[in-house]
Amino acid sequence: MAVTANKRADQVVYGVLLALAVAVPALNLGVGESSALHVSTYTMTLVGKYLCYALLALSVDLVWGFGGILSLGHGAFFALGGYAMGMHLMRQIGTRGVYGNAELPDFMVFLNWKELPWTWYGFDSFPFAMLMVVLVPGLLAFVFGWFAFRSRVTGVYLSIITQALTYALLLAFFRNEMGFGGNNGLTDFKDILGYDLQADSTRATLFVLSVLALAGGYAGCRALIDSKFGRVLVAVRDAENRARFIGYRVENYKLWAWTFSAMLAGVAGALYVPQVGIINPGEFSPLNSIELVIWVAVGGRGTLYGALLGAFVVNFAKTFFTGALPELWLFVLGAVFVLVTLLIPQGIAGYFNREARA
Amino acid sequence: MSLPYAFRLLRSLAMLLALLCAARIALAETELPLAALQGLDFKAKAAAISAIADSGSPRAEAILNALTDGRLMLRKSDQRFVIIAAAEDPATLTDALDGSALGSEPLAGLKKIVINNQLRLQLRAELARMQLANPDPHARRAAVEALAADPTPAVIASLVEAAPKEQDEDVARAMQVVIGLAQIGDADPAKRLEGVQAVTGSMLGEVHNRLTQLVARNPAGEPLEPSMDVRIAAGAALRAIDQRRARYELIQTVFFGLSLGFVLVLAATGLAITFGVMGVINMAHGEMMMLGAYTTYVVQQALPNHIEASIFIAIPAAFLVAGLVGIVIERGIVRFLYGRPLETLLATFGVSLFLQQVVRSIFSPLNRAVATPQWMSGQLMVGDALALTWNRLYIIIFSALVFAALLALLRFTALGLQVRAVSQNRAMARAMGVRAGWVDALTFGLGSGVAGLAGVALSQLTNVGPNLGQSYIIDSFMVVVFGGVGNLWGTLVAGLSLGIANKFLEPFAGAVLAKILVLVFIILFIQKWPRGLFPQRGRSAEA
Amino acid sequence: MKRTFKTLVTSMVAALVVSTTPVRAEDTIKVGVLHSLSGTMAISETTLKDTMLMLIDEQNKKGGLLGKKLEAVVVDPASNWPLFAEKARELLAKDKVAAVFGCWTSVSRKSVLPVFEELNGLLFYPVQYEGEESSKNVFYTGAAPNQQAIPAVDYLMNEVGVKRWVLAGTDYVYPRTTNKILEAYLKDKGVAAEDIMINYTPFGHSDWQSIVSDIKKFGSAGKKTAVVSTINGDANVPFYKELGNQGVSAADIPVVAFSVGEEELSGIDTKPLVGHLAAWNYFMSVDAPANAEAIKSWHTFIKNDKRTFNDPMEAHVIGFNMWVKAVEKAKSTDPTAVQKAIIGVESPNLTGGMSKMLPNHHITKPVLIGEIQANGQFETVWKTEGLVPGDAWSDFLPESKIIEADWTDALNCGNYNTVTKKCSGQNF
Repeated sequence: MAVTANKRADQVVYGVLLALAVAVPALNLGVGESSALHVSTYTMTLVGKYLCYALLALSVDLVWGFGGILSLGHGAFFALGGYAMGMHLMRQIGTRGVYGNAELPDFMVFLNWKELPWTWYGFDSFPFAMLMVVLVPGLLAFVFGWFAFRSRVTGVYLSIITQALTYALLLAFFRNEMGFGGNNGLTDFKDILGYDLQADSTRATLFVLSVLALAGGYAGCRALIDSKFGRVLVAVRDAENRARFIGYRVENYKLWAWTFSAMLAGVAGALYVPQVGIINPGEFSPLNSIELVIWVAVGGRGTLYGALLGAFVVNFAKTFFTGALPELWLFVLGAVFVLVTLLIPQGIAGYFNREARA
Repeated sequence: MSLPYAFRLLRSLAMLLALLCAARIALAETELPLAALQGLDFKAKAAAISAIADSGSPRAEAILNALTDGRLMLRKSDQRFVIIAAAEDPATLTDALDGSALGSEPLAGLKKIVINNQLRLQLRAELARMQLANPDPHARRAAVEALAADPTPAVIASLVEAAPKEQDEDVARAMQVVIGLAQIGDADPAKRLEGVQAVTGSMLGEVHNRLTQLVARNPAGEPLEPSMDVRIAAGAALRAIDQRRARYELIQTVFFGLSLGFVLVLAATGLAITFGVMGVINMAHGEMMMLGAYTTYVVQQALPNHIEASIFIAIPAAFLVAGLVGIVIERGIVRFLYGRPLETLLATFGVSLFLQQVVRSIFSPLNRAVATPQWMSGQLMVGDALALTWNRLYIIIFSALVFAALLALLRFTALGLQVRAVSQNRAMARAMGVRAGWVDALTFGLGSGVAGLAGVALSQLTNVGPNLGQSYIIDSFMVVVFGGVGNLWGTLVAGLSLGIANKFLEPFAGAVLAKILVLVFIILFIQKWPRGLFPQRGRSAEA
Repeated sequence: MKRTFKTLVTSMVAALVVSTTPVRAEDTIKVGVLHSLSGTMAISETTLKDTMLMLIDEQNKKGGLLGKKLEAVVVDPASNWPLFAEKARELLAKDKVAAVFGCWTSVSRKSVLPVFEELNGLLFYPVQYEGEESSKNVFYTGAAPNQQAIPAVDYLMNEVGVKRWVLAGTDYVYPRTTNKILEAYLKDKGVAAEDIMINYTPFGHSDWQSIVSDIKKFGSAGKKTAVVSTINGDANVPFYKELGNQGVSAADIPVVAFSVGEEELSGIDTKPLVGHLAAWNYFMSVDAPANAEAIKSWHTFIKNDKRTFNDPMEAHVIGFNMWVKAVEKAKSTDPTAVQKAIIGVESPNLTGGMSKMLPNHHITKPVLIGEIQANGQFETVWKTEGLVPGDAWSDFLPESKIIEADWTDALNCGNYNTVTKKCSGQNF
């Protein structure tokens, strides 16, 4: 059943993403504001943001849904990717900062920094920054995973130390001495590769890129899952010791899935930053990472498309209720989480699967 | 200047002098210049305070004390100065000038006499001077030490006179030190040396400052103190002080660490039960603490005149409130999710958002003020330089008691036996006739109740607001995991060692970096010992 | 159960359609209120939302504005900085509000700033902040550092005779910048480097034992010591409690705070704090007719006469009244017209003076120093003569003293470098 159901779901996912990629920019740029069909820039950036969240949720679903590794710190990889992109955008400001300093970003100028810290070297170059977007989260995940999986840290222990990881990074990035802008983070970006970030055409391009990244990420994850590697990964999830006794190097499978997932999260962060216009340590907050696990749970773990669905539904609900019921939205959100767990434990995707079978 | 003019000036001066003398005499005999204390002219107030202190009036001390505590008031109806007994409404009044009882008056009918910090310092010195004759040796000693900072020649003279007659050894010693401090400023090197010898061994802050000045050098590297002997004596005395200070500081850091550690233990113990014993990732644990803290607030609001005793009512009340909410959560939500720990995370996270918003709706998003009882404020002096704050001491004791009680409950009662049985092997326990559902509910209630108790303690340390829980939840998880899930002793050892490590790192690394280092340490520790300090053994560990 | 779930999904989809369809402007003027109602900042910001609702309500009772009623659009950015940007865009692009009153933290302002500049909105920002900013689209009705920090230090130095300084703050941009300015200022006044201690703590820091003990040690060197505190919100309660418990009284080491107002004190047992100081542009205890009237209408509106009134609330009152006057002057709510009209507009502040909108988009304000009283109020112990004009670019930082802000036609620039004669960093 699984394969055919997945095939159909995949077709729907690619179809929807294709429609989004074509229709949204077209209706934003091509249709006049007075028309009923016009998609406002507000809606486009909002959906663009959801796309980044969806990619992030996808990365969590890969390790949690298929590898059985519950990460409560995936927000850290997302934020690191975001910072890498943010640093490049900061360097692009050049002399257009408020102090007109060619060498240093504004926040360093008024904190009396004399020279650029080494951590910023190379970020002037776009290719280098893009490399860092995947390399930094990937490397951190690799080192962290290499130790953790070899020591057979599993279950809640692993979850809690991933939380400790993101919490430690949160505190570190808050420190102004680190040279990443402290609490304010990086903001006031002007352009990317010479294109004005405020222009609708740039936004539309970023939107399309986000759709492509999500589609690519989805296809990549699907290919991984369907390969032999993926089957072993699922075996590890279901019975780690048996998989080990059969002779698989369990930790290696986990490690590669984990590192790949962290890189995906980094890409999501990098696409998120230019669309939102700010990156700050708040993204490292453990609560963000927990929330992100909840998107996947609401959507349905272990299905890939469920993660996408969950990210869209929960974030849309948040956008809607913070505007419509500003005083009560936490009641609604809290109740949704409780009800989803109690009533549809397989998430929305699981529910539809059951419906389809019934 | 013409002669008649000079004469007129002289005459008016003489008159002024006479008037002043008359006022001075009248003052001593009949009336103290209380009227000058009104309004916002702080210079006039300072003069009036000196006048009252110098008047020798038997009421002076009571008035100055009341002024310091903000109990000196002006009754609006008849412009009479009164002293209120305590900040109650209505307040019990006594007349400021003659001490006679004046019945009671609502606070709205009284206007407080305002003072500022400079006046507070002045009042403290004036009161200390009066206290020198106090029959209580502790009061005398405190008075002498209060005068050490800035002794006037008159004070020194009175001390020189009083010192030989002083019966109490401690007080006499304190007097010697203050006199010695004055001698250090003398022009005669022999006197200075005598002064240094007199202050040697005292741990008073002022002594350290004066000795440091004696051994200081000017920018050219020449010593400021000409006498070699004085310099040597001062240097030796200073080294002795520094050594003792270092020792006290070590003890103090350990105390700081222990108190932080016990707060962590208290916060984590409840979680050690719900998470450690039951395997429920209870994200609403912090909100249980929040409920406990709010219960303390409600109890204090209900008993505004019994703040001192309110804590003792708040403790059982908080346990019950948080415990009952815990049982409701268990029966309503968690029991459907056993065996799916990660889904309990999702559901309890929803519960925590919900509870936060409930509190916001009922109590507003603002922090609530929880008063600290008198017996919990201030500090305990051990020796002459080690100060331990009372509230931290009580929290250490409280936390240790809660922990011991919990341990006893689990070990020696029937419920404890059943809890352990269910957590080790649910199916077997049920087969033996244990009502597992009932035990689950009680265990979850117990864990939540303990979190409520932690809330009572936290209400004495930090904000009581909707975010209270969130700020402790992560730390609590770290402690439980570091100690080893399912082991209460592990929680204790983990909490204490993290607290102490944090406090020893803080002076070198700063508060933020210390915390980061501790987190990194936990990550590394778990890599080496993947099941915490005290890993669970046996079959259940593999599940 | 299945049915309920389907209804839920259907209603969500319906909501998506409704919420993304632009609402056409009707015969009301919309005013956006962008304050966190949940999350960590809800403590401070919820009251400001209520203040705005009160002001809009009062204005409507007076007949509205330009013959139209005002309508408040309240959203909850939930103390989440990217969400601030999203909500700002929602208010400007979807709801088409005429002006937005909102933000508290610097990072939330920085987060929405590009949105306001892109969509040419108006933001009235009511909180004291670090300065070093002047945007065409933002009006800063709270204090700049020269309207709070510098006078407070002057008071301590001249009236109290403080010689040794502890600059304690939460580690974020406002304390960092303020302390940088203060450090430069103190050194300018001849204070030696070893007489200044600087300490930063993380947000929500709750264990102050070691730091208070260090402050005590630093303060026992025989010179009068004071703490200048830029400690933020939640960390203050445990800080003051620890001070009280370790026996540091205001008479020995006074603490002057820039972020502790009546609202924060209402959550603290203030008895051990009596005598500690705060510097603001407004105190609820100030005896002035305008103040009494504002407090009375606040109590009527919120239906609770125990509620406090504080400095950022006063800033909203001034900001709102200035906006109303500017709209009346321009006869339009068009942002560009209002930006032109508002410069030079005067509006009474609640302590008895007339505040004026300056060309740098900051306003003139009095500076008051107050001592905390046992009832949670401040007693004014010192006050500046007249009003102090807000300075966007501090004169005590070498990089910023050469920068000027002037939004009149003379310069029309927020960061004009007087040395290179260039206008830098504009986003429009």
